[in-house]
Amino acid sequence: MSFVRDDGTWKVKTGHARMLKGGVIMDVINAEQAMIAQEAGAVAVMALERVPADIRTQGGVARMSDPEMIKGIQEVVTIPVMAKCRIGHFVEAQVLQALDIDFIDESEVLTPADEANHVNKWNYKVPFVCGATVLEEALRRIAEGAAMIRTKGEAGTGNVVEAVRHARSVLGEIRRLQSTPFEELMSMAKVMGAPYELVKYVHENGKLPVVNFAAGGIATPSDAALMMQLGLDGVFVGSGIFKSGNPAIRAKAIVEAVSQFNNPEVIARVSTGLGEAMVGINISTIPESERMADRGW
Amino acid sequence: MKPHIGVLALQGGVAEHMDMLDTVGCTTVGVRCPSDLRGIKGLVMPGGESTALIKLLIRWDLVSPIRELAGAGIPIWGTCAGSVLLSSEISEKSHRINQPSLELAPVRAERNSFGRQAASFQEDIIISGLDKPFPGVFIRAPLLFPLSDSAEVICSVSEGAVFVRCGNIWLCSFHPELTDDTRVHRMFIEEAVIGS
Repeated sequence: MSFVRDDGTWKVKTGHARMLKGGVIMDVINAEQAMIAQEAGAVAVMALERVPADIRTQGGVARMSDPEMIKGIQEVVTIPVMAKCRIGHFVEAQVLQALDIDFIDESEVLTPADEANHVNKWNYKVPFVCGATVLEEALRRIAEGAAMIRTKGEAGTGNVVEAVRHARSVLGEIRRLQSTPFEELMSMAKVMGAPYELVKYVHENGKLPVVNFAAGGIATPSDAALMMQLGLDGVFVGSGIFKSGNPAIRAKAIVEAVSQFNNPEVIARVSTGLGEAMVGINISTIPESERMADRGW
Repeated sequence: MKPHIGVLALQGGVAEHMDMLDTVGCTTVGVRCPSDLRGIKGLVMPGGESTALIKLLIRWDLVSPIRELAGAGIPIWGTCAGSVLLSSEISEKSHRINQPSLELAPVRAERNSFGRQAASFQEDIIISGLDKPFPGVFIRAPLLFPLSDSAEVICSVSEGAVFVRCGNIWLCSFHPELTDDTRVHRMFIEEAVIGS
């Protein structure tokens, strides 16, 4: 006797994201870096053509990666392979699904393709992760079908301040909604511009219905553990690893710090002898037009 | 007294298992170092990424203590990646791999056996000992190939075995902790933990 098999369900999409909790997802630009990431203990890799730090310095339009590069990475690692599409670029998303990517990041790190609309993520079997700076933005993305949320941070800066701002904002707003009287929820939903059902879910459960990761500016084991102690579920590290002096050692140290994020002795030990961290940029020196976190709404 | 159960808490679906175990009347502890194993009556190894998990098990000196626990007859249950970690052999559908494991059950786990994430699925499954079908949630799931008669198949889908018991070691390739159905957790506690 056998039963009906359903694929691409909300349960398997959000469930996959749940299995990444407590893990580190690393940006890689080729097969060699992907192998270093897997060897360091990454739970997934994000395949992209240029890390955010290079997108920032080189400029130009940043797009979905070359399928050949993505396939090259899929061939060498067994961990999930994620890739980015531009905000609103639903054909890039279709292409990534056709390439059998495990997770799609509709990312502000790439140049947006649509200034008003994001991808309708319900149309895909492959789950999506989207960035958010505040709770209402996270709820809008979830309503569009995102199975995972991450902070936007300010990618490619090696500066964790924006990720902290976004994490505190989302988690703080969740706490506030929890203590909001039920009769005020509809009015909250109206003011927030967020779907009522999701506002009600957060009020009742005190959390998002999907996992919430840190991303954007994480460069050290302490940065990663900071985001975990603030209450996020896991960590994306972009430029922080492969723009540092010794990527293999730093990648492993960040994985180890996240697995024991409440243990300062361990974090001290794994932070020792890592070589140079990426240089980093102060956010106030970045012109507003070049701030990636302001892309999407 | 409530049974005290450890949940390996290095990475993966930890909170989901703890919530389920709490619902079926257990106390739980997240296991991150060997001293966390003290006094537990059972251990759950949750889903996550098995390549990351085995590295962390080795790094935080948990391999020998868990093997000793298994040798002393403490029940250990691995779900998805957790079942891969318990298997004596690990293979992969489309890659050649050389991945260490705890080698506690005579089973070959074939990782990502159904394919990548787009092939993850839900299907009701028949589990021996349960009167009604169980909601199976399979996420980049492995298949389990028994390598000895001591490995008893409790549940299969059309491709092969997805739930195998080898004495006190239980392996299932799906995720009961992602459902609202507590029957498999209850079965582990009643049959393996209390019954042993």
